[in-house]
Amino acid sequence: MRIGVTVFPGSNCDRDALYAVERLGAEPVELWHADPDLKGVDAVIVPGGFSYGDYLRPGAIARFARVMGPLERFAEEGGPVIGVCNGFQVLTEAHLLPGALLRNTSMRFVCDRVRVRVETNATPWTAALAPGDELTLPVAHNEGNFFADPETLARLEDEERVVLRYLENPNGSANDIAGVCNEGRNVVGVMPHPERVSDPALGSDEGLRLLRSVLVGAGV
Amino acid sequence: MKVRVLVRPKAGILDPQGEAVRSALPALGFGGVQTVHVGRLIELELESADEVDAMCRRLLSNPTIEEYEWEVLS
Repeated sequence: MRIGVTVFPGSNCDRDALYAVERLGAEPVELWHADPDLKGVDAVIVPGGFSYGDYLRPGAIARFARVMGPLERFAEEGGPVIGVCNGFQVLTEAHLLPGALLRNTSMRFVCDRVRVRVETNATPWTAALAPGDELTLPVAHNEGNFFADPETLARLEDEERVVLRYLENPNGSANDIAGVCNEGRNVVGVMPHPERVSDPALGSDEGLRLLRSVLVGAGV
Repeated sequence: MKVRVLVRPKAGILDPQGEAVRSALPALGFGGVQTVHVGRLIELELESADEVDAMCRRLLSNPTIEEYEWEVLS
């Protein structure tokens, strides 16, 4: 299986993501922001960082990068896509995911490890987990406070589209939401960083428990 | 022509930036400030204002969380 990782100017978790893919035993493929296609990958990770310096709003400029056109089509056709942290922000700006990520209510950058609960395994990125499973994952963000209007929030809950929920909310996020998926359930956005815990040498490889899902979840 | 675009958090949306500024003002001795909202000012120089609204919707603001207004300056 080939898993692509997009690289925008200012992405800084792309190497971690490529390494995590390697640890899964899949083939990592770098997708440059100016690439005209996705090089035939089976799944895509939009990594964290500060794409385009977070100018205007986090993710607002990356959304118009050339590689985003093919990525949007891939997502619309049901291809598995996960956005992590800034990648989550990019996917909301691109309207591939609902809501938006606001400034943390504390007005502080949060850099910590948090416990999250898996709320659904009906996505390609959580298929190898069970609802109720708990993971400890790193978070590092300034805008991780998930917001959606009350109707959208109710819909996300009704349709079981909250993917991860914080056990202790680090940023003021609505309903303790740490991750959501789109209507087709193939596009997931999460604020915590599974790719940063992909090797016991880094303190934990718990992130692989989540990312590994795509090997079965994508049905490839 | 010059166009000035004003983008701000929608009413009712938590504005932690505004709140931080509001709580800093009394520390400097400025009293009586009830609310502060922090927005963004964008000035454009362009040939025609025909597409300013589309620019606001598609890039300059995020309609999920922000509202905008714009005016022609000259």
